[in-house]
Amino acid sequence: MKSFVNVNPKSLDEAVAVLDRARAQGKKAALAGGGSDLLGMLKDHLVQPDLVVNLKSISGLEGVHREGERVRIGALTTLDEIARHPLLVERYAALAQAAGLAASPQIRNVGTLGGNVNQRPWCHYFRQGFPCFKNGGKMCYAVAGENQFHALFGGGPAFIVHPSDTAPALVALEAEFKVMGPSGAKIIPAEKYFILPREDVLRENVLGENEILAEVILPAAPSGLRSTYLKIRDRQAWDHAIVSIGAALEWEGGRCRKARLVLGGVAPIPWRVPNAERLLEGKSLGEALARQVAEAALAGAQPLAKNGYKVPLAKATVRRAVLSLLPAA
Amino acid sequence: MSISLCVIVNGNEHHLDVAPHHTLLDALREELGLTGTKRGCEVGDCGACTVLLNGKAVNSCLVLAAETEGAEVVTIEGVAGREGLHPLQEAFIREGAVQCGFCTPGMILSALALLRENPRPSDAEVRQALSGNLCRCTGYAKIVQAVLDASDASLVPGFGRPEGLRPSR
Repeated sequence: MKSFVNVNPKSLDEAVAVLDRARAQGKKAALAGGGSDLLGMLKDHLVQPDLVVNLKSISGLEGVHREGERVRIGALTTLDEIARHPLLVERYAALAQAAGLAASPQIRNVGTLGGNVNQRPWCHYFRQGFPCFKNGGKMCYAVAGENQFHALFGGGPAFIVHPSDTAPALVALEAEFKVMGPSGAKIIPAEKYFILPREDVLRENVLGENEILAEVILPAAPSGLRSTYLKIRDRQAWDHAIVSIGAALEWEGGRCRKARLVLGGVAPIPWRVPNAERLLEGKSLGEALARQVAEAALAGAQPLAKNGYKVPLAKATVRRAVLSLLPAA
Repeated sequence: MSISLCVIVNGNEHHLDVAPHHTLLDALREELGLTGTKRGCEVGDCGACTVLLNGKAVNSCLVLAAETEGAEVVTIEGVAGREGLHPLQEAFIREGAVQCGFCTPGMILSALALLRENPRPSDAEVRQALSGNLCRCTGYAKIVQAVLDASDASLVPGFGRPEGLRPSR
């Protein structure tokens, strides 16, 4: 690993100033939350920053805070804390479950919500340093290669899938992200935060070089809201989702008032499926409707040569998730 | 450029000079000679480098040493007491949970973190707590059994107290 200078800012403003100055001087800076993803990238020589900015030196970026009916979660809150937090477990189950299913116990003890949302793709071509689009090259090796784990939706020119477990849950729960930059803070809905490769193949989100994800804000959880995160993977621990779903349904009098279904592991961003959501809204749920919802969610999927198995897998995941959210009788 | 820091390792204060890119694993093995913590995959897959950092099991290969100023670290060298092995270590030996031994320090530290928080875990809770540690010899059954054996509160008088690291017999 190439060495670098450690920077320990005391405030977000100072951290943003460090990033701004680095950019002006033509230096590369990398942000470290828990550092788990960054260290892997450094060891594989995928990034070679001049500066590593340690966000843990900033106080106030951790913790789960109630603010009226909303909940604010500092971007440096660990996945382990989120997975166990009673308020999140009770009211925002999809997020707590997603955090608890991410990576391994050791990584959840260090890894942060911000880092999980912002982690780079785990496409094996990208991580092994192939000169692919994501590494600044001119092709996606998955298109004609080993594409078992690649995208069904939204692919091109790169066919990565977004690796975060918490991201689909946050989009389903209609979270907002507070981003700090040179001109202060801005609030971005989770759904608008992630961008497709066709918008910018080198990034997975709108975060600029001199911006920092500071906080995640969860809106009030209305009574009748039930949510879950289901993750299907090759092994039962420390693996990324082959397919997953963050699902949030609001019930009123036995009927679904509002539905948010967001697939993970199938697209370069958390993939919302509005046509499937609309089928649920205004209806009471049974096995037959759950099947229709699952069909609608996967309509338009464009499998590559080796990932067609994900289509029935994802349908079953959608069906299982929505049926698990039936309101208490 | 090196960075000076003070870390408490196995109860002893150490003043270290580390390079900015050195990991906690590098510091433990190369600076302090604590080679019980194993260098495995280096990317957080195998758990062989697991230590306790402020009481939590972490992969020491994925933590920058420079970011551990003031932290408390427990390695496998700090698990046994002067009086002898920790009940977890005894249980690993008794159950045949050690074969080549490379994963053992990490397994013990992950298990210790679990038992300090949950002294009577279920089989599923043990498996969950060890899910970030790979073993390519034992097939895990004997490791899980060893942790369950050691979790018997009567065997581990110190659990639940801060000094629970040391067996009191």
